[in-house]
Amino acid sequence: MAHEASPDAYALPVRIELLYWDGCPSHPEALALLEDVMRSLEIDEPVSVVEVTSDADAHRLAFPGSPTIRVDGHDVDPIGSNGRPALTCRIYRTPEGKISPVPSRRQVEEALR
Amino acid sequence: MSIALGSPAPSFALRSVDGSTRVLSDYADAAILVLVQSCNHCPYVLAWEGRLAAITSDYSSRGVAVVAVNSNDPDRYPEDAYERMCERAVAEVFPFDYLHDEHQQLAKALGAERTPEVFVFDHDRTLRYHGAIDDSRDEDTVRTHFLRDALDALLAGTVPPAADTPPVGCSVKWRE
Repeated sequence: MAHEASPDAYALPVRIELLYWDGCPSHPEALALLEDVMRSLEIDEPVSVVEVTSDADAHRLAFPGSPTIRVDGHDVDPIGSNGRPALTCRIYRTPEGKISPVPSRRQVEEALR
Repeated sequence: MSIALGSPAPSFALRSVDGSTRVLSDYADAAILVLVQSCNHCPYVLAWEGRLAAITSDYSSRGVAVVAVNSNDPDRYPEDAYERMCERAVAEVFPFDYLHDEHQQLAKALGAERTPEVFVFDHDRTLRYHGAIDDSRDEDTVRTHFLRDALDALLAGTVPPAADTPPVGCSVKWRE
């Protein structure tokens, strides 16, 4: 009897990255948010945490500010991803329109689905 | 590291967004002087900006002068250039003065590290409160209003209940 693999067996691993700059204090909050959303979506993949330490690295990595979260190379905030590469704190907007130094939970969830 | 509580206010002569030069003695009539290390580009500054404006408006009639100071290196952070400060002050209708610390002398004299970071000087221009505006960047979850509490205490002739709190925000962008 042939065994059918579950759809999950064919799912490719998701590449999840968190890029940060230590001059901005928001990355621990961003990492905690990311890990919490991954738990809630039952995503068991490693998170690649990358520290960006120079302007040259910021340009090489197209890093628009800290924190930046990418899923399979796609930024959780595509509009903000076009910012000038720099060692800076990144500005996000919540669904309510407030300024925030971290992405909203909804942005992270949508990127991971 | 910031200056210690009890330290005198450093003197300064900085260009304001209105084109004038402001010096410490320009605020001699204020019962309390609040210097806020600030800037244009930092999300923490932007998150707290509305609250700082509200505090400025609420306390100006009680003799409190609030002055925001941007010391960031505009070569590496063009959003913090003087011209952008002027644009932002007009667009946001800042009720507080907004000064450009071009040579970073005031930030160094204060030992400022973060934006926003608050320094409250009493009538004798002695530092009585240093730190955060309140305890949460999210206005909806604020529990303790550090700056308002400090101003209320000083205006009442008492000691701020929390005189030194950790500022939370972006680092000051020093020139290389």
